[in-house]
Amino acid sequence: RRNEINVTKYSTTPPDSDPTGRRQVHSMLKLYYGMNEEGKVESLDPCDINGPHFDPEVYLNKLRKECSLGELMDHESCTVKQIRSLDSDMQTLVYENYNKFISATDTIRKMKNDFKKMEDEMDCLSANMAAITEFSAHISGTLQDQHAQITKLSGVHTLLRKLQFLFELPARLNKCLELQAYAQAVSAHRRARCVLQQYSHMPSFRGIQDDCHVIMEQLAQQLRQKFRDGGSSAKDLSECVELLLQLDEPAEELCDKFLSHAQSRLEADLQGLEAELIDSLVTDTGGGLVQKTNPGSNPVSPSSSSTTNPFLSPTAGTDILEFIDRGCNEFVSNLCLVIASYQELFINHPQEGELASKKIPEMANGKLHVFVDTLAARYFSLVERRIQEEKGVGDNSLLVRALDRFHRRLQAISKLLPGSAVPSQGTEIVVRAARERIKQYLSALQTFYHDSLTDVRQALAAPRLSVGGASASGGGATSKDATPSLPELLTSLSNFILNQLKSVLASVHLFTAKDITFSNKPYFKGEFCSQGVREGLVVSFIKFICQSSRQYCESAGDRGGSTPPALLLLLSRLCLDYETSTISYILTLTDEQFLVQHHTPVTPVTALCAEAREAAQKLLNHYVKVQGLIISQMLRKSVETRDWVNTIEPRNVRAVMKRVVEDTTSIDVQVGLLYEEGVRKAHSSDSSKRTFSVYSSSRQQIRYAPSYTPSAPMDTSLLSNIHKLFSERIDIFSPVEFNKVSVLTGIIKISLKTFLECVRLRTFGRYGLQQIQVDCHYLQMYLWRFVSDENLVHFLLDEIVGSAAHRCLDPSPMEQSVIEVICERG
Amino acid sequence: MKMDDDAPVIYGLEFQARALTAQTAETDAIRFLVGTQSLKFDNQIHIIDFDDENNMINKSVLLHDAGEIWHISGSPADKAVLTTCYSKTSENRVLTCAAVWRMPPEWESGSHESPDDSSNNPQTLELLCHLDNTAHGSVACVLWEPLGDGKRVISLAENHVLLWDLQESSTKATISSTATLEGKGQLKFTAGKWSPHHNSTQLVTANDTAIRGWDLRSMSQIYCIENAHGQLVRDLDFNPNKQYYLASCGDDCKVKFWDVRHINEPVKCLEEHSHWVWSVRYNHSHDQLLLTGSSDSRVILSNMVSISSEPFGHLVDDDDLSDNEENQQEDKGKEPLQDSIIATYEEHEDSVYAVEWSAADPWLFASLSYDGRLVINRVPRALKYRILL
Repeated sequence: RRNEINVTKYSTTPPDSDPTGRRQVHSMLKLYYGMNEEGKVESLDPCDINGPHFDPEVYLNKLRKECSLGELMDHESCTVKQIRSLDSDMQTLVYENYNKFISATDTIRKMKNDFKKMEDEMDCLSANMAAITEFSAHISGTLQDQHAQITKLSGVHTLLRKLQFLFELPARLNKCLELQAYAQAVSAHRRARCVLQQYSHMPSFRGIQDDCHVIMEQLAQQLRQKFRDGGSSAKDLSECVELLLQLDEPAEELCDKFLSHAQSRLEADLQGLEAELIDSLVTDTGGGLVQKTNPGSNPVSPSSSSTTNPFLSPTAGTDILEFIDRGCNEFVSNLCLVIASYQELFINHPQEGELASKKIPEMANGKLHVFVDTLAARYFSLVERRIQEEKGVGDNSLLVRALDRFHRRLQAISKLLPGSAVPSQGTEIVVRAARERIKQYLSALQTFYHDSLTDVRQALAAPRLSVGGASASGGGATSKDATPSLPELLTSLSNFILNQLKSVLASVHLFTAKDITFSNKPYFKGEFCSQGVREGLVVSFIKFICQSSRQYCESAGDRGGSTPPALLLLLSRLCLDYETSTISYILTLTDEQFLVQHHTPVTPVTALCAEAREAAQKLLNHYVKVQGLIISQMLRKSVETRDWVNTIEPRNVRAVMKRVVEDTTSIDVQVGLLYEEGVRKAHSSDSSKRTFSVYSSSRQQIRYAPSYTPSAPMDTSLLSNIHKLFSERIDIFSPVEFNKVSVLTGIIKISLKTFLECVRLRTFGRYGLQQIQVDCHYLQMYLWRFVSDENLVHFLLDEIVGSAAHRCLDPSPMEQSVIEVICERG
Repeated sequence: MKMDDDAPVIYGLEFQARALTAQTAETDAIRFLVGTQSLKFDNQIHIIDFDDENNMINKSVLLHDAGEIWHISGSPADKAVLTTCYSKTSENRVLTCAAVWRMPPEWESGSHESPDDSSNNPQTLELLCHLDNTAHGSVACVLWEPLGDGKRVISLAENHVLLWDLQESSTKATISSTATLEGKGQLKFTAGKWSPHHNSTQLVTANDTAIRGWDLRSMSQIYCIENAHGQLVRDLDFNPNKQYYLASCGDDCKVKFWDVRHINEPVKCLEEHSHWVWSVRYNHSHDQLLLTGSSDSRVILSNMVSISSEPFGHLVDDDDLSDNEENQQEDKGKEPLQDSIIATYEEHEDSVYAVEWSAADPWLFASLSYDGRLVINRVPRALKYRILL
């Protein structure tokens, strides 16, 4: 009907205004939907006959201007046609609307009649309703009494049910007890407890209460028993504890019990560990030894027979990783479990009502800390003992992995127990172990160094014997094939030490590997690298080498050269090599591997180099001294044991002089193997042929002649003193330079000076003097080539012959030519 | 005192020389005796008198025509009596003998009047007696009984220790007891020293690398330091103030200090010389001062205060102190003095075979090198005052 009305309303509007009205509706809709722009464009054209801004004048003018007459005519006819059709449309619409209007009027009239009828019916209804209300009031009045009775009865019923619960409670509790449904029992008791308490003055209730008490006591007893037995699982236990707490059991006691119970289990773990520790100790001592490295071909490999080799890994019953594993899996994880369940029970458990006021968490926490600390301390002591047994330094990775695991597992405790000191103590242990490890490595390196030296010594012992025999045919070079030569020994020793050091560094480096949990602790980032590895290991080892080298000089000197001279020479070269390159190489290597971020002062490379150089110098000096003394000893004996007064006319150079030259030659070869030639002063063209004898040289004739003529006793030593005034003082046992010539010069100086001193203690006959002349000439022929300044040899030999002449009872020197003939023949 | 007080005084002998001694019995004048070594000429004993005030040397020469002198030693009781060890060549055999001599009484006055002539007309020593050693071989040295009455001497001949009694004003010498060192090889004493301690009943000798102590009452060995030095032991001396302390030197260029009660290790070891050390002498009064002479032509004066009888410097007796406590505190504050080399004397150009402290002036010493140069030096004054004050 409403539609109809709408239609009529539209239909009432004049038809010519219809397009505009519809357009308005349209435009409003468009406006609503946001599409108004299109309409605007459309509407702007005044010539659009359907547009809103249509201007007939403009349109007409436009047509007139633009169109031809024919077109205008067509247009006109078209327009007329359109107007006509529009007119007819409009008429139809007017008719339709009229009809609708009439039918609407009819309908309204009909409605008026219907409403009147309905009004009567409504009046009747209201009368009926009033009657119903009256009846209902009546009924409820009659039912009132019965209702109150029923309510009372239902209340009694509830109470009776409660009472029944109470009366049945002891039985029920008993049943629960039988069925071990403790939780049910406790909750039941809890419900009844207050009531029983309230009505305990009534005998019947009192009886129930007492019964309950007895039963609950029994129950608590059972719970405690269960708690104590400890066979139950953690879950059971926790349930147990919870129930006991609800039964007003003192929390402190429970904590203690719980902990002591846990302790007994953890103790068992610890005892297992301890037993293993003792086992491994027993097996360790009896265990076989496995050699880790076997550089068989190397001449200075540590002797395989050596049982003290620290690079052997002990094949113990269990290795440390297994041990720590066991410790972690059994003890630490159990401890964690205990901590977790304990915390669950006593600390994190939400406490309700009266329990909350007892401050259980604080108390429990305190107990837990003490508990954990004591047990952890024991555990740590075991672990430390085990770590201390880890003496073999062969494979470090096992230890590091074990420590890592140890450390990692302790982190769990730190998560569980935030305030605990245990993890930091664990870190302490790891740090201590690392420190200890470094010390062990150092001592292992030292032992290794000693062993290597012993091997070198043994290797040297063989060629030294053959040098003695073969020196006549060209010194030590001939024995090269049979045994390793000095340079080979040196390089192999040096390489061997370096490799060992490198492998130790690699082992130690494991401590700082990225995947190791404790490697990012401040100790391992800083102090371990700088103080531990660099200072404690590398620098100490280098210092040790220098120091042990120096000891060779000090101890061996008095006890008659227990150190073979070749070893001294070799060590000296080793130290020198260390000074020039090896030390800085090792330290650079160390610094690279262990990026030192610590700012503590470290030993500078230069200080170490200086120390190494000092050691090298000392060794070389000592070498010169030892070799010099060996030759001196020969010369001394040869001078002291001979009767120089009654000797026969010299026909030969004495064998000892030949021996001296031979030995010097072999020393020359030996030193030449390790040290550079060095600088010497230019030789005069006829060095070996120099007419050395004091008696044939005109200048020296002046010098010595007066001493044989009694007329001028005062001039005896004058010229020789003048000569000495202008020549430099010769230091006999003076430091030498690091080259062959300097070493040989030192040795020859010592030998000739000894010769001189010995000659001065003797008295000579004529032939004794001549023998000395021959000997000195022979030495002159061969020794000049070894020294830096041949004048030195000349000077000392002059002195010897001069002194012999002084000490001669009948000084008549031998002819120079004869001396030369004898020397060349010998 | 003059400014150049510390400058050395040098005296040159015409002959080579090894033997030097202070005139032990002379406590007023600073006097040294030097014996020469010459195979061709008559040997002499030079008596060197040092005039401390004028810094001058007065010399007298006595003829010693028995042979070249290897060792000389003055009697502690009679300043005119001395012994020498001299070598005598007979039948192409060289033997070192020993004799007791007396200086002629006129030498002193004679030398003062005409010092220039003394070498031309030297007086001759008067022979008192020979220490006859034909049965025992060459004598290395003769030792007077320290602080004795000049009646007992010991001579070391090859491997024998001979104790002599000098009788009838030293004109007769008889062997009172002997001891012989037995062992493998040719054993030969190189040096010896009669201990001034223990009532002069102990002797120490050196042979090869070993040092031996002897008890003169039983003439038996009481201790032996085998391998005391790496090489031959050249000389020995007793600390005058510490009865168990002994210094030794040898061909290993070292000077070692021993406590004879603990002979396994030396108490201290010095290695300052660059050749054999031939002579070592404690200062008679201040035993921290030690003199060594070596064939590297150097004389070294060391201050071995740490093992001396006064390791904390000069201690003042408590009685002398007017305010006890203050001084004691000072003493405590004193650091123990460090051992050090006081001075190295390089005046010699040949091997120095003998050094001696003066018997009269504890701050003065002489050293003798083979070329016949005698050098007299003093302890540096700064050190002297530090020790005294």
